[in-house]
Amino acid sequence: MFAFIVNRILQAIPVMLTVALISFAMFAYVGDPVAIMLGQDFTEAQRAALVRDLGLDQPFWVQFAEFVANAVQGQFGLSYRLSRPVAELIAERAPATLELAFCAATLALLIGVPMGVYTGLYRNSWLSRFFLTFSLIGVSLPTFLIGILLILCFAVWLGWLPSFGRGDTVQLGWWSTGFLTWSGIKALILPSITLGLFQLTLIMRLVRAEMLEVLRTDYIKFARARGLPNRAVHFGHALKNTLVPVITIVGLQLGAIIAFAIVTETVFQWPGMGLLFIQSVGVADIPVMSAYLMLIALVFVTINLIVDLLYYAVDPRLRIGRGKGGH
Amino acid sequence: MSNTAPLLQVRNLRVEFPTRRGTLVALDDVSFDISPGEVLGVVGESGAGKSMTGAAIIGLLEPPGRIAKGEILFDGKRIDNLRYEQMRRIRGKDIGAIFQDPLTTLNPLYTVGRQLVETMTTHLPIGPGEARKRAIGWLEMVGIPAAAQRIDSYPHEFSGGMRQRVVIALALCAEPRLIVADEPTTALDVSIQAQVIALLKTLAREKGTAMMLVTHDMGVIAETADRVAVMYAGRVAEIGPVREVVKHANHPYSVGLMASIPPLDRRVERLAQIDGAMPRLSAIPQGCAYNPRCPQVFDKCRVLRPDLINAGTTRAACWLFDTELADG
Repeated sequence: MFAFIVNRILQAIPVMLTVALISFAMFAYVGDPVAIMLGQDFTEAQRAALVRDLGLDQPFWVQFAEFVANAVQGQFGLSYRLSRPVAELIAERAPATLELAFCAATLALLIGVPMGVYTGLYRNSWLSRFFLTFSLIGVSLPTFLIGILLILCFAVWLGWLPSFGRGDTVQLGWWSTGFLTWSGIKALILPSITLGLFQLTLIMRLVRAEMLEVLRTDYIKFARARGLPNRAVHFGHALKNTLVPVITIVGLQLGAIIAFAIVTETVFQWPGMGLLFIQSVGVADIPVMSAYLMLIALVFVTINLIVDLLYYAVDPRLRIGRGKGGH
Repeated sequence: MSNTAPLLQVRNLRVEFPTRRGTLVALDDVSFDISPGEVLGVVGESGAGKSMTGAAIIGLLEPPGRIAKGEILFDGKRIDNLRYEQMRRIRGKDIGAIFQDPLTTLNPLYTVGRQLVETMTTHLPIGPGEARKRAIGWLEMVGIPAAAQRIDSYPHEFSGGMRQRVVIALALCAEPRLIVADEPTTALDVSIQAQVIALLKTLAREKGTAMMLVTHDMGVIAETADRVAVMYAGRVAEIGPVREVVKHANHPYSVGLMASIPPLDRRVERLAQIDGAMPRLSAIPQGCAYNPRCPQVFDKCRVLRPDLINAGTTRAACWLFDTELADG
């Protein structure tokens, strides 16, 4: 098991280096930092001095190595726009995005999985048909439209929920949380639904398809022939066998929720990393963009590792080949 | 034994599959009894309705299949019209089942011990600790070496033959009085088949468990069964003591079926075969379903369907044995 984890981490290194190369290349190809920092009036000597100070006269590989060394320590330089360390900016915004992603993912799982099981078991009931129709809406409506419709409905017409922001937050060390205040929780509801709806319908359809597949298998028939109660057959034997593909997709989707919360955060003016990123794109704030890119890559690599580990927890057949465990 | 009331009675069972192009009759007028402790072999070609009969008995017909007529009585009580939940309590506890392919009948994600324990705690008034103790006992009984360690193994860590032994343990562990074994050896290596059948036979005898043994292996039937039912196109063609049916079959179809078994004591140039194929469910001929292939067919066979008639030592659904007509 340990060897497997080490192996996967080693495999992740080239991935991260490639992403680092791309983020680093942004500095060279998207705008000129020297021009941005010097402003309108400067002499050739000033320019040369700045180039030397910034290390831009060094060979490409030396610059890149320095970039990576700094990145590993979490240093991505100063934001052009806000003149503050990028790491600090991201750390400030991360809790908002992570809490939103957590709520959206929980919502998608807690509602999507049971709905998938139900529609898989009772294929022809009217409730299943309703769920499937509803899921079609979730899959096909674009996120921003759902967000705007929800705002129109619950914020403008009914006035029950806020249309933007996080509400009041409580500071726990460096982490600012919206879970501890009523207005913080109320502010989470609409963005979570907006962000989670697509994932919810995706998970539901996936679980349904897998359930239909698994319910046809001999071991389910045999479990019924052994007289096991329906609950044990459906949620024990059947659902567990649908988990491997479901975990794969949920893992990828969780990454997507964190990475692409941008649209939802923009619609709800949610002060998270996505909003920070989109604001930085507007003014070509390269350090923030490159740091965000690397952070998202890290999130995906980490989630993939966790997903792989979960496979082993779920399916004993995978443990044999590599782990040599079991006997 | 012969005077005791039958454990299982199947009476005029008819199973239908409603389809878009009309109703298919998969089983028609199937009747037989199984006494306590008796082994009834059921043979016939693929699609003759052997497995369907088994599925109907355990109440697990694949929808849209349904019992349209007739009844199934277990221990004198009707079980064909029970609600799902009532029937669930009978499955596993009173009527166990063994399926064809041991590679697919065990849940790959649970240890064999867990599957045994859950079956026992569902049906027997015992806790998980006691169930685990008994599970080890059952694994020993079906011949799994080092059962105490193997109980925590997953199905994929066993060979096919060993898995079928586990399936047998699962079918027997709540001590049912009847086992429906649907081709329990077909998917196994030939060398393993005899072992598994011997085990099944021994355990059934020891526990006094009756068995409905579905197979198309006549060797297995001859070895194991007390009585045998020959099925053809969803009907029972002949039923009788195994020795009589194997050696002196009466129904022309059984005669053909037995003649197609290669004899061991002499060389034959060519095995006997029955010409033609079993009719599809959508095109069962009028009269006796076997009449297009029957070498002894006569006019009545093409018009009227025969019921089971006493044919000396067995009962056969064949007009040849109708006393008003038959001459020998």
